[in-house]
Parts: sequence; structure tokens; C-alpha cells
Amino acid sequence: MYHYDEYDRALVRERVVQFRDQVDRRLSGELSEEEFLPLRLQNGLYLQKHAYMLRVAIPYGTLSAKQLRALAHIAQVHDRGYGHFTTRQNIQFNWIELERVADILDWLAEHDMHAIQTSGNCVRNITTEAFAGVAADEWLDPRPLAEILRQWSTINPEFLFLPRKFKIALCAAAEDRAAVQVHDIGLQLYRNEQDQLLLRVLVGGGLGRTPMIAQPLREGLAWYDVLSYVEAILRVYNRHGRRDNKYKARIKILVKAMGIEAFADEVEREWQPIKDGPAQLCDEEYQRVAASFRRPVYAELASTDLDFGTHLAQDQAFARWVARNVLAHQVPGYASVLLSTKPGLSAPPGDVTAAQMTSVADWSERYGFGEIRVSHEQNLVLPDVRKRDLYALWREACAAGLGTANGGLLTDIIACPGGDFCALANAKSIPIAQAIQQRFDDLDYLHDLGAISLNISGCMNACGHHHIGNIGILGVDKNGSEWYQFTLGGSQGQQAALGKVIGPSFAAEEVPRVIERIVHTYVDYRESGESFFDTVQRIGLEPFKERVYTEAMA
Amino acid sequence: MNNLIRLSDGQALIVADDPWQLYDENLVTDAALILPLQQWRERQPAAVLAGQAISRDALLLQANDDPETLQPWLASLPLIAIDFPSFRDGRGYSQAYLLRSRLGWRGELRAVGDVLRDQLAHMRQCGFDAFAVHADKSLADALKGLAGLSVLYGRSAIEPRPLFRRGRSS
Repeated sequence: MYHYDEYDRALVRERVVQFRDQVDRRLSGELSEEEFLPLRLQNGLYLQKHAYMLRVAIPYGTLSAKQLRALAHIAQVHDRGYGHFTTRQNIQFNWIELERVADILDWLAEHDMHAIQTSGNCVRNITTEAFAGVAADEWLDPRPLAEILRQWSTINPEFLFLPRKFKIALCAAAEDRAAVQVHDIGLQLYRNEQDQLLLRVLVGGGLGRTPMIAQPLREGLAWYDVLSYVEAILRVYNRHGRRDNKYKARIKILVKAMGIEAFADEVEREWQPIKDGPAQLCDEEYQRVAASFRRPVYAELASTDLDFGTHLAQDQAFARWVARNVLAHQVPGYASVLLSTKPGLSAPPGDVTAAQMTSVADWSERYGFGEIRVSHEQNLVLPDVRKRDLYALWREACAAGLGTANGGLLTDIIACPGGDFCALANAKSIPIAQAIQQRFDDLDYLHDLGAISLNISGCMNACGHHHIGNIGILGVDKNGSEWYQFTLGGSQGQQAALGKVIGPSFAAEEVPRVIERIVHTYVDYRESGESFFDTVQRIGLEPFKERVYTEAMA
Repeated sequence: MNNLIRLSDGQALIVADDPWQLYDENLVTDAALILPLQQWRERQPAAVLAGQAISRDALLLQANDDPETLQPWLASLPLIAIDFPSFRDGRGYSQAYLLRSRLGWRGELRAVGDVLRDQLAHMRQCGFDAFAVHADKSLADALKGLAGLSVLYGRSAIEPRPLFRRGRSS
């Protein structure tokens, strides 16, 4: 966990005072809604269908137990008893009154949290993977640089009114669990053979109306140049990005229009005069920040645990959960646990009640070191659990509705809040997700199907990242009614790919049947051990289309 | 009268007698003018364009303009204004940064257009030292927006060192 010092606290507190004044001026009519809009967005406050929605920043998805309890308190006191974890590792509260926002922000500030730049045309929450610091395949911990970038981008006066929102993600492991290739800037951190810490910089990825995979911009950037280099990219974008059409305003459109070489030249020209200047990071600052992320003191344990092994052998449901929701850890005898927020009918994807948050906070202290992560798949993660405690934790998680054994399976659906809440949505997402979860409630069958990612977005803005789901569902409006378009073959991670549309869209009630047919096609065609994604890659879309469209929908 | 705030030795002052007027083709005036690049060039004598004489006209940099084009005349200009066509259009911040930090402009740098209280502190950080606040808005209110926050993590035109180079210790 990053520990705030007096500067961090002062900034967050002063921002609350400033925002309280801005809200007061809006309420008194001194500020027009048009003037207030970007100010509230820069502080995470949206106006949704029914009420204001406040998006609280969870920098790179990391929370302390105390902070999670503070969020539970907000859910309980200021909202309707729950919060919604997002694909950018933040949390949203959907039923907020404008008059109470400043008090909520004060409460957040007391717990070293804020809602700064969780929205608006500025640099958003820096994200990285949920297993940072513990994943067995990690090359190094991405959190210190993520925190340094978070600070650098927070109220950076030059870049608060960019052409459009700007998302930066970092990863530093063999597997990319932060979807860096679909970010405005994706940073891949690695060490070369001389043990130097370097960055591969990708630019121009993103989903939304014009989905694109990011292109490599620079190889082998020294870690200490990250701030000046990102500054150069942002300055080029701020000056030259389109502002005449919000759908063409993201950096990906600029990069495409200029071509990656010309864009890289422009960045280079901007970077040369600043690269050796004061923006260059120094080891002292890196170490200051990295000190917050020092590894906890782990017990010396054997890598196998007898009790754990016994439970695995005796309890099939537990074994299933371990297979999908327990991940390898760097330290022998420990594991990371994924708590699924996708139980099916009882709650929409990503929604967690105040009572559940409190329980997770308690478990993080009882079974770990008091730390919780939010994954971009909208699940919660306990990063450090002893193997011998897994069984007890699992039983508690099941009792609390957080023990569904579906990590990475078809029902681990990523979905935006959709038409039930969002003013932008063309169609609902949550009932679609729940209808699918209801249809596929046989865990044995789901486990047999293996990893299939299913993403649902209620509109082209693609908050549910439907383009990179193995199965993607997009809500579209057809003459005022809600329809759903399917894509297949999307993927996140190192093999990032955008799904392709399979054909005309379907009415809501047909969606579970369509999924069924897609899944049956996979089962018929798969070779032994072949994943859904690999089968789609191998056989193409035709067999799926044929099955989905030629058999009449009955 | 321009609704103008100017910084002088770090003090923010309300300026009542500002002589400058934004160019308007329908306006017939003897006042000192702030002109867009093209009109400015058309009005300058050869000596000014050659960088050998001081101009009596100020220059308005529009959001699409490249600050580097001003390089030959920087020593000749009495004032540079940067236009904010909308307060949501942030190009002026980068233009100001470049003028101050890269091109070494030391004269008055004035924000004009949709200039509002809640952006003044950001403008000041990027090197503006004069603010022609939107005509509908109170200057006394706008003054409250100048201070901003006490903490700047990163750097800016007036503070080129990030916080970590300003004595932040562990």
C-alpha cells in the first residue's frame, strides 16, 4: 500500500474544500450546469438517469482493509447499501445526492482516498494488474511506477482539458492482466539482460466506437524517463488531437491519422528538450515510493500444505473453486484468491454490498496482511492467503455470496451498469448478464467449457470492453427497442485481439439461446484441451454463424 | 473595459486602465490592438517583420497556432495573448508552457476568451500572468480562483521541478 505523506493529504483535503465551494456555487446558481460539468467530472461526479453517481478512485486497484470499510460506510450511509466495482478498478456509488458529495469526499480524504480525475477529459486512474507484487510470473512490481505516474498526472495543470479522456495502464508480468494494449498509453515494464529496468511504450489503443489495439511507440525506454516521455506524448496529443468531434478525439485517432512513424517523430521532437531536465526520475524518489510497497513479512512455509491437500481431495466443490479462483503466489505456502462478484441472479456483476465489503476487509486482516485488490474483471482479490487457510476462507466466502467458483469462466461476466443506470446506454446490460448466468448455472458444465470471457456493453462507449471478450455483446438501439450484437474472437492480454461481428443483432430474450449455440459449436469442434479462443481462431466464424443463424430461433 | 487581472511580483491586481483591445474587423479604433497572427503580420512594417523594430501591436495566438511561428518576433512583441475559444479547450495551456519554457517569452502572457475562475490557477501554473476574465463574471470572485492548491506533484512553466526535486523527503 502506498502511504500518504503530508503532501498527499494536503492535496486531497484542499481539493475537497475547493470542490465543496464549486458545489455551493452550482447550488446557488452562480455556476451554470455547463460550467459545473467539467468541474464535477474532474472530481468523479456524473449525472445518471436517476441520480448523481460518484466514482471513487482506487489507484491501481489497491485498498487497505480500513479503506474498504470506509467504502462500505459510504454504501451504507449515502447510497443504497452497495457499490459497483468497475473495469478500471474503481468503485461507483449510484445513488448520491449532490448536497452530500463534499461530506463524502471529506470522509474519503480521512481515509487517504479521493475521486480526483476518475472522469473528465484528463488522465484517469492509472491501472495495473490486480496481482501486482504477488503474481508468480511477475518480472517486477509495477506499483511504484504506477504511483509515481498517479501523482504526476494528478492535477497536472497543462493536461486537465485534453481533447478526451486519457487512460494509462502498466503491466510487468509474463501475462498481461491489465489489458495494456487497449489503453491510450500502455506501458510494459521489463528488465533486459544487463538487468536494466526498461519500458516498452504502446500508444493509441482503446475500445469505444473505433476499437484499436495499441501500436508500439518506443522500445527500451529507461524507467527514469517515463515522466518526461509521457509528458511529451500528452503535449503532442493536447495540441493536435481533434476537438471537433468527441468520437474522433481519442489519441488513437490522432495516431492513425498521422501514422505511427510521424507521431513518434513528433513525440521525439517534443521529448528531446525535456528528457534530461528536472522531470527525469531519480532513484531516491523511486525508492521513497517503493518503500510503501515493500513485501510483507511472510511466514516460512512449505509449498504444500497437508490440510489443504486433504480438503482438495475430499471436497469437490472446494477443488473446483481452487482450480478457478486461487492463483499461484511468489512465496511458498501462499496463494492469491479471487472473490467472485458474479454469483448470478443474486447480484449484478461488480456489485458488492456494504456487509460483503466489511467481510472482505475482515478476511483480509484475518487471512492476509490487510490488503485487498480490485481486478479489472470487477472481482475482488485477497493477494496473500496461506494455503492452509484457503478452506476456511472459502467457506466464509460462500456464506457471504462471494465464493462462486467461476473465475475466468463463462459466467464471470464483465458488464457495464447499462441502461438500468447509465444515461448513455442504448440497452440494458445487467438483465442480459443475469439471464446468461441463469441459463449456465451448472458449474460442472462451466468448468468443462473452461476459460471463456464474456463481456457486455450497453452502448458503443464499450465500458464493458465487449470488443476484447472471447464473446462480446453490444447493446444497440433499433427503432427505440433494445437489441444485442455479438462478436467472437476478442481477447485481452498478450494476445489482445478485437472480436468480429457475427451478423445481425438479437432481441434480449434470444441472447441466452445464442450463447448456448455458440457454446455448443465450440464443444462440437474443439480438440482435446483446446480453449474457446483457440477454437475460434482455428475454425473461424463460419461454423458459429451457421449454427446461430440457420437454425430457427424457437 | 477589459475584465483584467494581472500578476505583478506575485501579487494579483485588478487592472482598471488596460489599454489593449482585441481586434475586430468591424471596429474602428485608435486603441492598441491584440491581433491574430495573419492580421498582425499584415499591419507590421518591414522592420518589425525583420525583427529589427518593436511592434506597437500585440499578438493573439489562436488555438490552432504553433507558438514556434512567433520565434522571429519574440523580441518585438509588447504582449502575447492566448485565446481559449471554450474553457474546455486546453490547447492554450500547452501553448503557454511552450512560450514560457521553450521559447523564453518573458513579456506579458494574457489569457483571453472563455476565461473563468476555476481555471485561473491552472493558467497561472502554465505561465499566464494576465487574465482577461469572461465579461459576465465578477473579478472579485475570479481572484479567489488564482491560488489553486498548495501542492503541485508534477511540474509546470512556473515550477519546472517536480515535487520530488523540491525537498520531499521520506
